Amino acid sequence: MESSLFIDINLYNAIALFVVGFIGGMVSGFIGSGGAFVLTPAMMTLGVPGIVAVASNICHKFPKSLVGAMKRHKYGQVDVKLGIIMGIFAEAGVLVGKHAMTEVKHIYGDVGTSLYVSVVFVIVLAIVGSFVLRDALKMLKAEKDGDGEEAPHVAPKLALWVQSVNIPGTMMYFTSLKARVSVLFIVPLGFATGMLAATIAVGGFIGVPAMIYVLGAPALMATATELVIAFVMGAGGTMLYALDGVVDIRLAMIILAGSLFGIQIGAIGTTYVKDSIVKFVMGIIMVIVLFSRFFYVPGYLSKLGLIATMQESTINTLKMLGDATLVLALAVGGITIVVALIKGMAAHKLANRVADPAINPLARKA
Amino acid sequence: MSPKKPIAATLLFGIASLVLYTLLLMNSDLFVDWAERTIKGEKSLFLIPIVVAFVFSYFHGAFTGYFWETLGLRAAKTSTSKK
Repeated sequence: MESSLFIDINLYNAIALFVVGFIGGMVSGFIGSGGAFVLTPAMMTLGVPGIVAVASNICHKFPKSLVGAMKRHKYGQVDVKLGIIMGIFAEAGVLVGKHAMTEVKHIYGDVGTSLYVSVVFVIVLAIVGSFVLRDALKMLKAEKDGDGEEAPHVAPKLALWVQSVNIPGTMMYFTSLKARVSVLFIVPLGFATGMLAATIAVGGFIGVPAMIYVLGAPALMATATELVIAFVMGAGGTMLYALDGVVDIRLAMIILAGSLFGIQIGAIGTTYVKDSIVKFVMGIIMVIVLFSRFFYVPGYLSKLGLIATMQESTINTLKMLGDATLVLALAVGGITIVVALIKGMAAHKLANRVADPAINPLARKA
Repeated sequence: MSPKKPIAATLLFGIASLVLYTLLLMNSDLFVDWAERTIKGEKSLFLIPIVVAFVFSYFHGAFTGYFWETLGLRAAKTSTSKK
């Protein structure tokens, strides 16, 4: 019998994908992306071929992002224009990124591709992730030292410079930036987002920090706008994979079942938190994901003969530890979001009670 | 005063979502067959997963939104869009 690309789905597989989808959805609703880095390896662990895992992952991503973007649009957090423009150039980045992956695979084989992905992971996450986390911790400290209030949003110096550059014929006003910016600055940012999405499945690790630190968007708006970018990229990517017939719609919809429950929680969570918490969740996930690579890389280097040959069992153990670290990253993100949501709802309820004249006589006098 | 819970909408979209998932999983072989025929060259079938994804996102997306709202999980009234 000809071997099929499409696995039999049993209850165990379905529950596992639903749960990972749920937590991934929660993280996506909150920081605009994430979850994808766990879903592809999770599907492959269940026996799904790599190409089908990637295709089905991207096919669950675009409807999820659509629902998340619409939800956060209701809260006034989405810059649709910025999202669509970045999304279009991200689509181009995806195509080039996919081509680069194919070239690397052609020259260096599967192990070379894995090593290439790891190098990109380490460079991007080490630089951008540590920067975002440091910024978040600085903001949290300033809020703690102050009266707990969030400082008004101020665009970083780089963003102020970008906003000050006037290139006639290319200027556009963006609501998230409250400023006009040349589209020429947005092109490379969108492109890099797509390149990263094609390489490590999470373009948002570049897209969101780029919107915050290069363009000057508040973190809440950048993460919401990333959902529009993910939708545009995901829809385009799904079409390409669907034309090859490698989308397993059953797997994609099972993941979507969980992730739509999650994305609602993540999106609602953003209405109760400050920019600093959004940055913190993003930074912490990026840094933990970075550490997962340290477990994978020795195996790749050994297989390429760049270091002393390691036993297959050692490589497998390290790989398992790497996968576990990815799950840990997602879990830490999910738990942080739930805690922030519970705390935020409690504080909001308390503030409403204090302001309610029926409960608080002092509010009546005010 | 606590806001009204959208129980009817939750049930309606919940049932619609359940029906869609039941149909998808009961006809699992059919979807696999369509994908395999796409691989073999019937490219027009590529639209099926895309249409399915949109339909599911509409019904299941609405259901999950109402579901959490019914359980009391709502966005803060003060929008955080303090741009």
